[in-house]
Amino acid sequence: MDKFTTLRAIAAPLMRDNVDTDIVIRIERLMGGDTRREELGRYCFESLRYLPDGAENPDFVLNQGPYRRAQILLAGDNFGCGSSREGAVWALMLMGIRCVIAPSFGDIFRNNCYQNGLLPVVMDRAEIEAIAADVGNSPEQNQVSIDLQAQEVVAPDGKRVPFRLPAMRREAMLAGLDEIGSTLGREAEIAAFQARDRKARPWIHQA
Amino acid sequence: MGKTFFDKIWDAHVVADLGDGFALLHIDRHLMHDGGAPALLAIKEQGLSVRNPELTFATADHVITSAPGRLDMSRHAQSTLRHLRAETKARGIRYFDLGSGGQGIIHVVGPEQGLSLPGALIVCGDSHTCTHGGMGAVAFGIGSTEVVHVLATQCLVQQRPKPMRVNFTGKARPGIVAKDMILHLIGRIGTAGGVGYAVEYAGEAVRALEIEGRLTLCNLSIELGAKMGFVAPDEKTYAFLKDRPFAPKGALWDQAVAHWRSLPSDADAVFAREVSIDIADISPQITWGTSPEHVVAIDERIPDPAAAGDPAKRRALAAALDYMGLEAGKPIQGTKVDWVFIGSCTNSRLSDLRMAAAVARGHKVASHVRAWIVPGSEIVKRDAEAEGLDVIFKEAGFEWREPGCSMCLAANGETVPRGQRSVSTSNRNFVGRQGPGARTHLASPAMAAAAAVTGAIADYRKL
Ligand code: SF4
Repeated sequence: MDKFTTLRAIAAPLMRDNVDTDIVIRIERLMGGDTRREELGRYCFESLRYLPDGAENPDFVLNQGPYRRAQILLAGDNFGCGSSREGAVWALMLMGIRCVIAPSFGDIFRNNCYQNGLLPVVMDRAEIEAIAADVGNSPEQNQVSIDLQAQEVVAPDGKRVPFRLPAMRREAMLAGLDEIGSTLGREAEIAAFQARDRKARPWIHQA
Repeated sequence: MGKTFFDKIWDAHVVADLGDGFALLHIDRHLMHDGGAPALLAIKEQGLSVRNPELTFATADHVITSAPGRLDMSRHAQSTLRHLRAETKARGIRYFDLGSGGQGIIHVVGPEQGLSLPGALIVCGDSHTCTHGGMGAVAFGIGSTEVVHVLATQCLVQQRPKPMRVNFTGKARPGIVAKDMILHLIGRIGTAGGVGYAVEYAGEAVRALEIEGRLTLCNLSIELGAKMGFVAPDEKTYAFLKDRPFAPKGALWDQAVAHWRSLPSDADAVFAREVSIDIADISPQITWGTSPEHVVAIDERIPDPAAAGDPAKRRALAAALDYMGLEAGKPIQGTKVDWVFIGSCTNSRLSDLRMAAAVARGHKVASHVRAWIVPGSEIVKRDAEAEGLDVIFKEAGFEWREPGCSMCLAANGETVPRGQRSVSTSNRNFVGRQGPGARTHLASPAMAAAAAVTGAIADYRKL
C-alpha cells in the first residue's frame, strides 16, 4: 500500500453531493475485459470528463487548466456512495488524486481508500467550501497542504483545519502497512475464536 | 441497558478489539461472484492460502449473458468463468456453476440455499450484500482487497457503525409492496440518511412482509447510505429456511433456532438514531431522477428544482431532470418508456415474478417497448416455469431470459441504449448505470409490468 505523510498540491472542487462510484468509474471499464488496470486513470469520471463523441468536456473542472494536475479533490456529501468497486479508488489514484476531502463518505469506498493509501478526510462542509472559494481564485498559487501526522489541513489562507482519522487507520497510512499482513499475525486469536465458536454455534462451521 | 440486535451479533463476532471502535471480526459466510475472480488470482500471486474454504461460496452473475440458452457469452465472460471454475476447484470452494441448478445472482442464491442464516456475519465483494439482512443476518459489501483479506484470514477489520432503527408504522394500502416502502423511506431521509449506521427495520409493516419482501427492503439499505440493514428473525424466517440445502438439520436446527430467538433487540435497547415512517397513505413509488432519493408517488408530479432551497441542490436537481429528459411540474404518469427490465437482486424472486405476471396476464407489451424478465436464479426460473409464469410472460410479449445481473449494471453487454428510457426493478438509477446515457426509473415489478404493457409509466392498480 502507498504511504501517506504530507502533501501540498492543487485542489479541485467537485462540490456536488452523492458522487457515486458508478460515476467515478464505469463497471464496463472494470469488468468488460477491454481495459487494463493501469489505464483506469484515463476513464475516471468518464461520463463527466468526456462528451458523447469522446471529446473532452470543457465544462468539467478536471479538464480546466491547473486542475488537470490536482492531487486533492474537494467533494460534497456522501462521496463514493453506491457500488463496492475498489476500481473507483484505483481510478482516482491513477488520475493523480491522493486525498479526497468531503463532509461524508460512502462507507465501503472509505474502507477501500484505506486499503490503497488514498486519504479520505472528513471535514465540515463550510470549511471545504471556504477552501474551494480560495482555491478558485488561483488554483496554482492557492494550494492546499495536508499533514497526516499532525492531522491538519492547511488552507490557502494559512488557516489550519484539524481532522481526525481513527488511530489504527492513521498509523497504517503513515507506514503504508498492509492490513492482511497484520491479521495473519493474529492466527492464534482467530483459531481460538473458532474453537470457542464451534461449540457455541456449531451450525455455522459445518455448512 | 439492553442490547440491539446488531450489538448482539457484532459482539459475538469480535476476534480482537483493535481500539477506537475497530474490531477484527469473524466472517461466517463469505459469498463470491464472478467479479471476485481477480481476488482468487491475487491469493495465488501473493502466495496466500484460503483459510476456511468451506465458509466461502461462489457463483457467476455479473459478467455473464442472460440470453436464452446463454448463446452469446462474450470471450471475456467465458475466460472469467473458466478461471472461476478452476480457482474455486483448486481451493476447495463450493461453486454454483451455470447449468448446475443452483446458479443465480449471489444475493438470491444465499437465502435460497440456506447459506444466509440469522445471526450470521456475511460479506461479499458487492455492495448489495445488505440484502441478506432480510434473513436476520448482519451482511455488508466489501472491496476487493477486503475480499482477499477474508479469503486469507476468514476475518475482517471493521469500524463499528452506530445502530439506527427505522419503524414503519401504519397499514399499507393493498398493492403497496416492500419496494414502495423502501423507496419512500429513501425519498424522505435521503441517500445519505444512513451513512455510518447499521439499520434495523422494524414495525408492524415489516413483520407483515414475507421473507422475499424483507430481502427487497434490505437490498436498498446501501441506497440509504447504510452499508447494512436487517430485519430481526422471526417465525417466518425459520419457516423459510427450514430444509433448505445448507440450513442446519435435525438437532442442530433446534439448537440454532433456540439461539436465533435470543437475537431480536431488547425492549430497552437504545439506538443512536430512530426514524418513524408512516406508510398508511403511500401510493406506488417510482424514481424520476438519477438518485434513488429522486422519487415520487405515481400520482405525483415531477418536482421543480426552483422549489429547492439551496442553489447547489437546485443545480443537482436540474441536472438530473436534464439527463432524464423530463420537464418539471409534469405528471410522472404517462411518461413514455422504451425498455422494461424485471430482474436484479432487488426484485427477481418468485414472488416478484408472480406480481409482474399478474399484471402482464392477458395484456401485450406495447409495440415500441422491449421488456425483459431475468429470473434471479436457476431455481427461481425452474419454479416460475413450473407454475407457467414464463408462458404468461411470453404470450404477453416479454423476453424470458437466463438468470444473472443482466441490465441492472450493464457489465455484460446488456445495456439500455443512449437516451432511451427504462423502467427497472433494480436498485440504482445512477447516471449511466444501465449503459451510457440510459435513463432509468426504479419501481416495483408490478409497476414495471404496467409500464411494459401500457408503453408508459402507469399506475398498475388502474390497469
Ligand atoms: S443484480 Fe445488480 S445490484 Fe444486484 S448484485 Fe447484480 S449488479 Fe449488483
